[in-house]
Amino acid sequence: MNTQAVKVIYKYEMLRAWNTILQSFASPVISTILYFVVFGSAIGSRIESVEGISYGAFIVPGLIMLALLTQSVSNASFGIYFPRFTGTMYETLSAPISFIEIVLGYVGAAATKSFIIGLIILVTAGFFVELKIAHPIWMLSFLILTCISFSLLGFIIGLWAESFEQLQLIPLLVITPLVFLGGSFYTIDMLPPAWQTVSLFNPVVYLVSGFRWSFYEVSDVSVELSLLMVLLFSVICLSIVWWMFKTGYRLKR
Amino acid sequence: MSSIISVSNLSKVYDGGFRALNDISLDIKSGEILALLGPNGAGKTTLISVICGIVNASAGSVTVDGYDIVKDYRITRSMIGLVPQELTLSMFVSVWDTICFSRGLFGKKPNPLYLEQLLKDLSLWDKKDNDILTLSGGMKRRVLIAKALSHEPSILFLDEPTAGVDVELRKDMWVLVEKLRQTGVTIILTTHYIEEAEEIADRVGVINEGELIVVDDKEALKHKLGKRQMMIELEQTIESIPESLWTWSLELSGNGSRLTYTYDSYSEHTGIAELLRAVDKSGLLLKDVNTSQSSLEDIFIGLVKVNNEGSA
Ligand SMILES: Nc1ncnc2c1ncn2[C@@H]1O[C@H](COP(=O)(O)OP(=O)(O)OP(=O)(O)O)[C@@H](O)[C@H]1O
Ligand SMILES: [Mg+2]
Repeated sequence: MNTQAVKVIYKYEMLRAWNTILQSFASPVISTILYFVVFGSAIGSRIESVEGISYGAFIVPGLIMLALLTQSVSNASFGIYFPRFTGTMYETLSAPISFIEIVLGYVGAAATKSFIIGLIILVTAGFFVELKIAHPIWMLSFLILTCISFSLLGFIIGLWAESFEQLQLIPLLVITPLVFLGGSFYTIDMLPPAWQTVSLFNPVVYLVSGFRWSFYEVSDVSVELSLLMVLLFSVICLSIVWWMFKTGYRLKR
Repeated sequence: MSSIISVSNLSKVYDGGFRALNDISLDIKSGEILALLGPNGAGKTTLISVICGIVNASAGSVTVDGYDIVKDYRITRSMIGLVPQELTLSMFVSVWDTICFSRGLFGKKPNPLYLEQLLKDLSLWDKKDNDILTLSGGMKRRVLIAKALSHEPSILFLDEPTAGVDVELRKDMWVLVEKLRQTGVTIILTTHYIEEAEEIADRVGVINEGELIVVDDKEALKHKLGKRQMMIELEQTIESIPESLWTWSLELSGNGSRLTYTYDSYSEHTGIAELLRAVDKSGLLLKDVNTSQSSLEDIFIGLVKVNNEGSA
């Protein structure tokens, strides 16, 4: 195991985020606050409470997830796409490292960044509504697992994309719809029955549900199932990354 | 000298079906400087990329110090430093950070003293805190060299290190290469400048259309393929070569005032003495005589031409 390589990749990825701190941390936090003001306060004040929780507090876990997913995917995909685009990838490919070290470095850094963003949003939300975290350990586990699994997904997109356009394509066409239809702003049983079934194919539903349960002990699906789905999703992503490096897919000619 | 890199029957066919390398076999000796020559698109960069792990081979194998580059990639890659042909660098990072990154990537513990000396040797020390973006092209190329040397490799690949570099820096580069060789580093460089190969290489390989046409000691190559020419300047101009001189297949040039005789300088019998006597006898008046030895460049051009005609 080349731990030095993991260290430097991680360090320089974090450094890059630090150098663009406004873009990396401030902008996701600001946009989440905007959601919060609009949905939570303006519209939320006219919505009765959901399952006994004020609407403003109800959407906090969903909002955090929303930010985590989009940030993880964009951080990780950009992090690995950029060296491919500029050609500096040659160095990583010629270095004595395996895919494990590359993933640990790049995905680790992307996941750390989203984790920090998640925590900042959580703290910020505490200023607007009264937060209750029933199961902090579960909450943190979901937070961390989500950061990791969606950073892995972003990493795959960054390896797959052949242009900046393609880099934006998947997040725009797949991730954003999945997130908005993933129950961030509502519970699944508010939907017509047919859509409830469709929702069960959306992995984000399990994430949001499990995460919200760790706050308020209300959920769409059982928390064990949520956890299982997140783990499954991570394993699938990891296998794809492994296959990509094994075959040199779009990395080696 | 034992061989440090062994390439056997290596072929590379790119995705589009283009065959960039065709059955290349090559042994690189430990501690030598090998220059790879070849026209654009010959396959030099492809060959280097396969050895360094950037491009997958289609057939054949490569060992470095006895280790297979695929199976034992951790060992082989940590021995190799690569300076790529293109100026590929992260622009918004400082010189110092980028070489620390490179060293770490290759699994080496930080060593600020070594890196400081390295930057000083490359005249980059006063630029260490500058972003790469602010450096000139020649400086960027030196940063690439610093990155390649940051992990103290025992084999260094230089893919056209002196392309777009001014004369002075090129000379500096040669000095650096010589210094590295003295510390036992094996150096493989590609170049379009034959004088460069002539100046610094021990051995020269010529690649054309994916094939290694020849690889030999620089001197032996000149010896084997070198032609010598004797130019005879005449006092008068002549219309045609006198019949008595036809056996030497001379060329008439310089508006009829120069005869050129091409011969193999290493053969037993050059025929020079007889030619001069015959010229004298034919009544022509000698003004001057001089000879020239063909350079690697002439040899190179000749080889590639013959190779292309053969494959056409
Ligand atoms: N990724 C690729 N996909 C398809 N063909 C490629 C690829 N890279 C190189 N080639 C082709 O392989 C051939 C050899 O290219 P290579 O870069 O090895 O040449 P070279 O000898 O280094 O040339 P130069 O002196 O111009 O640097 C060229 O015809 C090139 O077009
Ligand atoms: Mg090249």
